[in-house]
Amino acid sequence: MSAPLLQVSQLSMRFGGLLAVDGIALDVQPQEIFAIIGPNGAGKTTVFNCISGFYRPTTGEITLSGERIAGQSSHQVANHGVVRTFQNVRLFKAMTALENLLVAQHRQHNAPLLSGLFNTARYRRSEEQKIHNALHWLDVMGLRDMANREAGNLAYGHQRRLEIARCMITKPRLLMLDEPAAGLNPQEKKDLQQLIDQLRREYAVAVLLIEHDMGLVMGVSERILVMEYGRPIALGLPEEIRNDERVIKAYLGEA
Amino acid sequence: MQTPSFSHNLRHALVATVLAAIVVLPIFTLHLERAGVRTTIVPEWSTLLWGCLAVFVVQLLRPMLASKLPKFSLPTLPQAAPAQRNALLFSIAFIAIIWPFFAGRNAVDIATLAMIYVMLGLGLNVVVGFAGLLDLGFVGFYAVGAYTYALLFHWAGWSFWEALPLAGAASALFGFVLGFPVLRLRGDYLAIVTLGFGEIIRLLLVNLTDWTGGPDGISSIPKPSVLGLEMARNPSVEGASTFHQFFGLEFNSMHMVIFLYLMALLLATVTLFISNRLIRMPIGRAWEALREDEIACRSLGLNPMKIKLSAFTLGAMFAGFGGAFFAARQGIVNPESFTFIESALILAIVVLGGMGSQLGVILAAIILTTLPELAREFSEYRMLIFGLVMILMMIWRPQGLLPMKRHQVEVPA
Repeated sequence: MSAPLLQVSQLSMRFGGLLAVDGIALDVQPQEIFAIIGPNGAGKTTVFNCISGFYRPTTGEITLSGERIAGQSSHQVANHGVVRTFQNVRLFKAMTALENLLVAQHRQHNAPLLSGLFNTARYRRSEEQKIHNALHWLDVMGLRDMANREAGNLAYGHQRRLEIARCMITKPRLLMLDEPAAGLNPQEKKDLQQLIDQLRREYAVAVLLIEHDMGLVMGVSERILVMEYGRPIALGLPEEIRNDERVIKAYLGEA
Repeated sequence: MQTPSFSHNLRHALVATVLAAIVVLPIFTLHLERAGVRTTIVPEWSTLLWGCLAVFVVQLLRPMLASKLPKFSLPTLPQAAPAQRNALLFSIAFIAIIWPFFAGRNAVDIATLAMIYVMLGLGLNVVVGFAGLLDLGFVGFYAVGAYTYALLFHWAGWSFWEALPLAGAASALFGFVLGFPVLRLRGDYLAIVTLGFGEIIRLLLVNLTDWTGGPDGISSIPKPSVLGLEMARNPSVEGASTFHQFFGLEFNSMHMVIFLYLMALLLATVTLFISNRLIRMPIGRAWEALREDEIACRSLGLNPMKIKLSAFTLGAMFAGFGGAFFAARQGIVNPESFTFIESALILAIVVLGGMGSQLGVILAAIILTTLPELAREFSEYRMLIFGLVMILMMIWRPQGLLPMKRHQVEVPA
């Protein structure tokens, strides 16, 4: 196995008296699709929040290509190439689909303030470049026709795709999707599965996934971590997980 | 719509009357009368009775009248073609430049004041309207700008033009330094802390007596010169020529008034131009995005602190320019000019105009500064009218006079 892209070890997160996450370890290889599953309240999203810098983990190490990112703030983590979506879509609702993608490029191709005030050639070039990139991603997601529509007025499935596009336009190394299939219809779920696979193949991004839809998880992920009550109970290939007794017990309860 | 029953109306009217009586009683009915050392409270019941009667009748008849009154709504601006728009802008600019030459001294003076508030309103609009940061201490930065010029003149003899850039820079620096700890907070908390900072700046100005002259302030600050020419009857320096001598004109104190107006107009226009560009630029989009969803911004690698600070600093800078100009126009600065009520007025301009709407802010600034001047005989009731206007706005136009219309980036064909 090559060096992991993301390595998480002994991750714990305590909120007062509640140990929400306890001793989680996982590693994501470059271009791997890795899923975290588990019953509601198992601590999956807390793990996400720790990795993406929204929480400062109580203990544990998180490294990205060997560089320590645990304890960095969320925008710093994002600038290392770790971007995420949210369980409840978080678009800039009053802005158009195109503008959502322009905001996401804030860190790239930014001309200095003064050149923008005077609308110099350099500034116009950088704006054109951003629009060009944005249109590319709208094409990939099949949202080109909705470029000028307000993001808040898009259909839910389109909002989800736009949120993923907004992540991808920052050229991430690790894409973290928090329940991307929630609220999608069966056809949209199928499209999502293809999309995740396509992103990994064409844009060389690793995907870390939280999902409840077993069809999607089993179909797309290479390895799966199962959590229950904040603790890891199984880690392995989809077939192993499917037949793991503890996992079945966690999901179905004891007979 | 179903009309409510008469007894329902009656109950409403009675409740309103009682409330009105409670509010009116201490303010209008009870008078303090002094006779020698004794002070007695003298009630005057007739005002209360008449007032309550008026409230009762109006409230009772309101449901019946409401359906007959014509629906009143402010028009939204029609979309003009670019050519028309340019022509319109050009003619407005032309009129704005030409009219003071034909107007009276008082009118031009008021217009100058209005332009200062346009500038302050547009500056605060960047902070409150664009970035969504509620700043109740904006007047602090205005004060920093004014005192920067005043102090530089007083202690180092700087002229207005030398001090102007520094006044903007000093205010921007204050905005930056104050914003650093404060911008971690949001919403109400931010409002309270900025309110405190505004007061701290004012209290510093009052108490640093050795430097700032304390409550008396600094006086005899010179007006700006025109291309190095002084605008006065006689030059203050022996041998220098003044504006009217240089151009061979008769001395007329009106020249100064017009010049100040044109300068204020220029400063306001520059502020408008810059804030208009800013909102279309990546930084403006980032402000908007941050206003909508800070967490999403962070997840995309945008540093919220930096983005908020940029809005806060730029807003403060505009206030600084406005302050320096204010100091030059007044010729005197003292802490009295920078009380909280001033911050409230500027915020009212932004909110009344429509947060984020530049045209609205300009309109509101002009209305709120000229109306009190035109209606001087009602000046006792200024705050009452102010409150009434606010309530009416809340009912009919909560989004402001001219609500903000977003400028959208269109996909090129």
